[in-house]
Amino acid sequence: MTAVPIADLLPKGPPGPEPASPALLIDRVSKSFNVGRSRAPVAAVTDVSMRLERGDIHGVLGANGSGKSTLIRLIAGLLTIDSGRVAVFGHDIERDEMAVKRLINRVSVDAAFFKKLSPMENLVFAARVYGLNVKAAKRDVYAILERLHVGSDRVDRPIEQMSRGMQQKVAIARALLTSPILLLLDEPTTGLDPRSKLDVQDFIEELQATHDTTIVLTTHDLAEAERLCDRITIIDGGRVVAEDTPDGLIAAAAARLGRAATLWDVFMAYTGRSLDDDVDEADVSAQADEEVAKWR
Amino acid sequence: MAMISAELRASYAFMERNFFLTRRTWAWEVAFLAYSVASALSISLIGVDQGSARLVLSLMVGAIFWNYLSVVFSWIAETIAVERWEGTLEYTMMAPIRRSSRLIGQVSYAMVYGLVHTAVIFIVLGLFFPNLDLSKANAGTAAVFMALGSFSFVGIGILAAILPLLYVERGAQMTFVVQSCLLLISGVYYSTDILPPWMQVLSHLSPATYVLDGVRAGLIKGTPTTELWSDVWPLIVLGVVLIPFGLWAFGRAEHYAKRTGKLKRVG
Repeated sequence: MTAVPIADLLPKGPPGPEPASPALLIDRVSKSFNVGRSRAPVAAVTDVSMRLERGDIHGVLGANGSGKSTLIRLIAGLLTIDSGRVAVFGHDIERDEMAVKRLINRVSVDAAFFKKLSPMENLVFAARVYGLNVKAAKRDVYAILERLHVGSDRVDRPIEQMSRGMQQKVAIARALLTSPILLLLDEPTTGLDPRSKLDVQDFIEELQATHDTTIVLTTHDLAEAERLCDRITIIDGGRVVAEDTPDGLIAAAAARLGRAATLWDVFMAYTGRSLDDDVDEADVSAQADEEVAKWR
Repeated sequence: MAMISAELRASYAFMERNFFLTRRTWAWEVAFLAYSVASALSISLIGVDQGSARLVLSLMVGAIFWNYLSVVFSWIAETIAVERWEGTLEYTMMAPIRRSSRLIGQVSYAMVYGLVHTAVIFIVLGLFFPNLDLSKANAGTAAVFMALGSFSFVGIGILAAILPLLYVERGAQMTFVVQSCLLLISGVYYSTDILPPWMQVLSHLSPATYVLDGVRAGLIKGTPTTELWSDVWPLIVLGVVLIPFGLWAFGRAEHYAKRTGKLKRVG
């Protein structure tokens, strides 16, 4: 199959934002949840700040329950912010909610669809609610899915008949169909088989290179983070404990340990926990990594 | 104008998606329709057993029009519950569309679906009771009450749809209980006069009470709408009050769900 450049597959995005504005500005954001009348609120995210420039892939690492997904939901406008501010290309996510919604999309760890419907039926729905031309969107659906190695014969069958990996690729297609300039990827490759994982990672790289999309990527896969991310923020207990380039984080860990270090050492140093201890899917992920390594 | 057009297109997205869902689950749709037809027939046959043509017609009206109102109510009230179950609620909430567009799409499909469903039941009952005397029937009155009742039920449906937003685990069950209570207090198969006094008070709050009164008067006695003002104005008031109030309350519930993290997938 001939690889078609992603830039040619994707529909034209919304008009470009003001160049001076960062793609994403998270300014001292906090969020807590009430868990019972007699118990104190639980702080999920505390005083988190981040700044992403256009075209960045910014990784957010942390153990389960560290606040990664809460942070993604806050950026997506799915949770209200207790304090602080989030702006997407200069648009405040609370004041300019509709403008922000047109600029972003999200892929979560679970591919959420109407499972009885086909990928095409689900994606046509997405196209309509985002105001896209349905005829053109259908063409784009075939092209994007083909690029992700989802055969056109699968497009009209119920999603429930597809594997988890295939479903996740359809979820990615749904997000890309709307041509977001800020894409929130919340563990998009967790639980995928090695081939699917590789497909998705390749696609993310190509997307950044050709479409200038800014990406926030949360992952438990350290090799994936090292491969894809320009910068990485490590979160522990809802707080930012480190932020740098992957090389910068590794160099700092090496200096601290007095030996060659890996991103794994960095993660352990800043969170004091092993991913294996608290990530159910880490085993799957590690096996997948080994397989990916064999493929390369 | 462009904005209205975009919002209408977004509303259509919900109608089309619901149609796709209906088409994919056609076997269940047929089974559900067969049950509704059998249920309406069984209830109407009580009138035959009692030897009263008037009772047959009264029960038929109850069965057919309650079916319509409950179908409309279910489609709207389950808007959130179904999306929560499928896990798509967060994606729908992220889409750049207004709340009203989303609800207009749901409501429009609910009405079209309800009309088709009810028409099938009406035809089957007509074939089963070919000698039913509808010579005095005033179809216009029935149509007016059905239309007015639809809008009032939309308001209640939107309010009921809030429950799954507020109560993640039991909201869907609560909407079902609301529907059951409406069936009990609205005089679907009997006069509300036989209800205990406190239930009679509640029956005045249900749009179904006025719809069924009006349709029965129109189809059995041939009464024109103009003589049924006492049933018309409560429906207008309920529609005018409940729809805006439902939209406002839905918005508040959505904000509450975002504040407390209740949009997250469950199930």
